[in-house]
Amino acid sequence: MSNATLSPRRDSLRGATLPKWFAWAVAAGSLALGYGISAAAGLHSDVQWALIAAVLFVVGSYAVSAKIEGARQAKDRTATSLVWVAFLLAVTPLASLLWETAERGVKVLDGYFLTHSMGVVADAEPGGGIYHALLGTLEQVGLAALISVPVGVLTAIYLVEYGRGKLAKAVTFFVDVMTGIPSIVAGLFILSLWVLILKMGPSGFAGSLALSILMIPVVVRSTEEMLKLVPNELREASLALGVPKWRTILKVVLPTSIGGIITGIMLAVARITGETAPVLLLVWGTDFINANPFQDPQESLPMYIYLQFGAGSDPAYDRAWAAALTLIAFIMILNLVARGIARWKAPR
Amino acid sequence: MDITAQKPAAPPSPGPAAPEDKGAARGATRPGDRIFLGFSRGSGIFVLVLMAAIAAFLTYRASLAISKDEANFFTSFEWNPTGVPPEFGIAVLAFGTVVSSVIAMVIAVPISVGIALFITHYAPRRLGGTVGYVIDLLAAVPSIVYGLWGAIVLVPHMDGLYGWLDDYLGWTGVFAWEGGPARSLLTVGILLALMILPIITNVSREVFRQVPRMHEEAALALGATRWEVIRMSVLPFGRSGVISASMLGLGRALGETMAVAMVLSPSFDISASLLDAGGGTFAQNIASKFNEATVMGQDALIASGMVLFVITLLVNGAARLIIARRKEYSGANA
Repeated sequence: MSNATLSPRRDSLRGATLPKWFAWAVAAGSLALGYGISAAAGLHSDVQWALIAAVLFVVGSYAVSAKIEGARQAKDRTATSLVWVAFLLAVTPLASLLWETAERGVKVLDGYFLTHSMGVVADAEPGGGIYHALLGTLEQVGLAALISVPVGVLTAIYLVEYGRGKLAKAVTFFVDVMTGIPSIVAGLFILSLWVLILKMGPSGFAGSLALSILMIPVVVRSTEEMLKLVPNELREASLALGVPKWRTILKVVLPTSIGGIITGIMLAVARITGETAPVLLLVWGTDFINANPFQDPQESLPMYIYLQFGAGSDPAYDRAWAAALTLIAFIMILNLVARGIARWKAPR
Repeated sequence: MDITAQKPAAPPSPGPAAPEDKGAARGATRPGDRIFLGFSRGSGIFVLVLMAAIAAFLTYRASLAISKDEANFFTSFEWNPTGVPPEFGIAVLAFGTVVSSVIAMVIAVPISVGIALFITHYAPRRLGGTVGYVIDLLAAVPSIVYGLWGAIVLVPHMDGLYGWLDDYLGWTGVFAWEGGPARSLLTVGILLALMILPIITNVSREVFRQVPRMHEEAALALGATRWEVIRMSVLPFGRSGVISASMLGLGRALGETMAVAMVLSPSFDISASLLDAGGGTFAQNIASKFNEATVMGQDALIASGMVLFVITLLVNGAARLIIARRKEYSGANA
């Protein structure tokens, strides 16, 4: 990659280069100096001395390199260190996010937590669990998937296999538009239709309707991409044998691309599992177990986190972290399984 | 004869519309075909109807609210839709939404480009792969978890930075800090930046990967340093991709609800300082005011949601436009 390894080290042609350990030395030096400065100045935040060290590193390596290697190499080094700084800047908080969730989440996460509801537990008391939230999430997401998967997959089939002309263009455009709808707006739409106009109360099903608005475009997009990957030769071979088009689609096109389609659906499910805003508007949340998604408020995992956070006591915070850990684990597992399926069923 | 008429067209190219359409209709004479076509076309039409319904219902409820509004909907600082003349306006919300999203973009875009370059051009191959994978997974972390982390972990950690900004930049007024918890638009902006970072990084990384190898090798052969290669071949090639990725991130930041609602301590005024708690965003306002709202209050919230909807539509539309334009001349040198 770098030209340093390609050319022999001949100083008469290349000019001076700094040794490889130079960057590490500057890094160590600036870390020590940054820590020293902040200790001397009485700064307490970890973020601050890290930032001071980063600035020292960039400036230091530029200065030394400009002196020895020349301006172009110095610029190259600055760019390299800026890229590393960007990486560290972003990775630190993101790692902290995962770490804090895992660390604080395991405190109360156990079998009891997964199998009990909040029914008789006051906000400030320890105990209680997320059974009602898990149940609600599974039902709402399941219903949303039941609505959006057929609609999404059939729309994608229409766009790829049949769609030409104005209707297909309009559908493509509006699927794009739907992809960008903020979740709270989807919630507001169902609110205005379902609750304000049809006068239905809050229920898990209303939440599922809003979630499926968010899910449909994702399913359409990913299924469309997968169907486009199916080679036309397969379709032509099947049609040449006299198989009707609909059987060709069902027996040739879909089985060929089913791995990718399932992956897309699972990623879409993972995305809507974490949605809170529509659930807040339409499902409301409750502390009790409600297994019927068509009547009365239900709980869901994200909603549970929000309510426990709002309760504001230490045991409630613990429960919120544990629920967050469960939610992340659930979504990560979905993601990993989806990727596994994609790899396993990849078109060969 | 019949078979050629049924041949599926190559998907990406729209092709000549009218004659092909006729062919498809003729192909669908078998009952199975007709039913299947009906179902799939029906789903397509359903999507259209759904979008139309969303627009229609939101406009209808919003117009109900706005017609009763005694204050100017766009410039008023009040939010009192249940008052005896109902008065509400979106000025504060628009300000908060725009400011927090702009902060998020200013932080997230350069860093995302940096990480994308890190993954594609700087990191050792294995580390780059791992980082890319982790960033992919982080894009799936739900916003409520970001909100929880932001409110409980990030906010206390902001005090040091806030004190520093107040000491050295407080004289500008923008970074003045009166003390108090760091539940301000700046913290919200930083949290939003973290949330959109994975998305922008992922798309930028894909774009940087597609840079023709020849361009880079040509630059290297001329003796360019790694940074010069990136500046001369990678960034120009990836520019429009990065722009559209940023727009997608912006669309997400504008509509973010729960993380903002959990971190911000809202108030209905505009403060000159980004560091003082207060302000609000469209989505946050809907989430936090919804519970106690009457029908009129809900209509007013729907009106503000409508504005958010239009703004995100414009931003996403711009992103799509850039992507579409890029397609026209990107394949030329693959």
